Amino acid sequence: MGRNIGSQVFASVLVNALYAMKNMPIMLVNTLLTPFSFLIVITFISRGALLGVAIEGALIMTMVLNGLGLQGDLSHLKNDMKLQEMVVGSPTSASVYLIGMAMSEIIYALPALILLIILSALFLHLTLLGILAIAGAMLLMFIVAVALGFFFSTLTADVIQSFAFSGMLSMLLSALPPVYYLITYIPLPYRYLAYLSPTTFAAQIAQNAAGFVSLSTSSLITDWIVLAAVAIVFLFIAIKKSRWVEI
Amino acid sequence: MTSIVCKKLSKRYGKESLALDKVDLSLNMRGIFSLIGRNGAGKTTLFRVLSTTLLPTSGSATIDGVDVVKTAKEIRERIAVVPQEARPVAWMTPKETVTSYLMWRGFNYGEARRRADEALKLLGISKFSNKLNQRLSGGTKRKVLVATVIASDADIIFLDEPTTGLDPISRGELWDLLLKLKKTRFIFLTTHYLEEAEFLADKIGILENGKLLSVGTLQELRKKMGYPYSVKILGKTGKANVKRGRVVKGRDGYTQIFTTEEEARRLGGHLIKTKTRFSSNPVSLEDIFYYFVKKSVNEEERNDGPEYR
Repeated sequence: MGRNIGSQVFASVLVNALYAMKNMPIMLVNTLLTPFSFLIVITFISRGALLGVAIEGALIMTMVLNGLGLQGDLSHLKNDMKLQEMVVGSPTSASVYLIGMAMSEIIYALPALILLIILSALFLHLTLLGILAIAGAMLLMFIVAVALGFFFSTLTADVIQSFAFSGMLSMLLSALPPVYYLITYIPLPYRYLAYLSPTTFAAQIAQNAAGFVSLSTSSLITDWIVLAAVAIVFLFIAIKKSRWVEI
Repeated sequence: MTSIVCKKLSKRYGKESLALDKVDLSLNMRGIFSLIGRNGAGKTTLFRVLSTTLLPTSGSATIDGVDVVKTAKEIRERIAVVPQEARPVAWMTPKETVTSYLMWRGFNYGEARRRADEALKLLGISKFSNKLNQRLSGGTKRKVLVATVIASDADIIFLDEPTTGLDPISRGELWDLLLKLKKTRFIFLTTHYLEEAEFLADKIGILENGKLLSVGTLQELRKKMGYPYSVKILGKTGKANVKRGRVVKGRDGYTQIFTTEEEARRLGGHLIKTKTRFSSNPVSLEDIFYYFVKKSVNEEERNDGPEYR
């Protein structure tokens, strides 16, 4: 029979997002907590001065955390449920599974994203170009996080091992970079460490788009090139080097 | 007819663990092929290589002439797999579980839901269709997974120890279903329940330490064993005066003699005369399994006595 690729993608969305949201809505609370908790803390500490930066940070972090969440979700489905093995032994390919699961994470993040977009409309004064820049940076960071999450999930043999990977990835993509505040807040010798994380480049693009920092054209171009290159490299690694079939 | 051919198929995990050791297998059959073996014998490894979810280290395997490694994509169009220890996702219902699996196989949403309803009804679990999987019993969860492959269009079904942990009634229900299913599909089944293989399988393979010891129908295995009859005597064999056969110390205080039909008759007559309690039957799969597996392990570990020819 002719296989419907749309159905194969939608199956992942159903399993990892829609059915979970429908049958266990409490799981949605988790997607809201982390980005909003940082947003609230940073806003209070800065007495409201960093509210705009924190909203942008929360937008980027929602994409990063949900992208990284894919690693935990896939590890659970693979190692605890053996679901991935059932899918491997079916007509669905690794890339179709990855696309479906990535879409499921975006759908799962929608409640948080909608709230943050409302806050952005209220507290940020963005031009159309600025909105596009922020959306582009969010998308690229999501690709980076999803690709890394997928790659590591295929390597893990159990969920505990996957916690170790997710801890390292969270450190690299969310704790290290200045997402909820400006990079200038980090003392100079340590500032360069932040550039180890692609999230720093995404945050700079977003902060520039909202006018919180003013980057030179060359810096802005560099940020876009680095972010795009990292996304392409990690996506390539995820597609080519992930262990879909075990060795 | 489905043909499965393995040529010197080996799988090594790391440097030391050889899970499959140059397995040669040639099947051309309908119905159910059951692979039996002890824990760690290599059943799941062979299952996973053939179901395209694990790469072998060397050798080759084909299903209907199609290589399971080089042309896995083609194989995956025709197979459906339920791995060992698979569980339906906790936050989904049985209907959602079957529906989503069918959609991964390429069915559209409407058709997948229709087939899911049919499969759940066939398995007698339609009353649980909309209940969360996490609230189902272990047996019903296994049935949900079997429903996924039944509902599919796959003509080759791989089931890895599907009845492990099921109560006798649930196991019996699943057996009945597999007997119905084998009329239209080929089923590759691994199990360590010998009675399950004996009851269901059209052909049986015995795997031990990664080596395929023997393959055939129950009758063929009896022939290969050389002694198609078993005489069990309470006590020592001395009373039996065995002329032909292999004498094995039973685990239950009995002495067991594997022998020919003719010798079993002769022994029977002799034991009646000496008023010795005994039973005489064709050898069971359990007898065959112990015979082949014990032959393959270290001689020192063997529990059996002399062979009379």
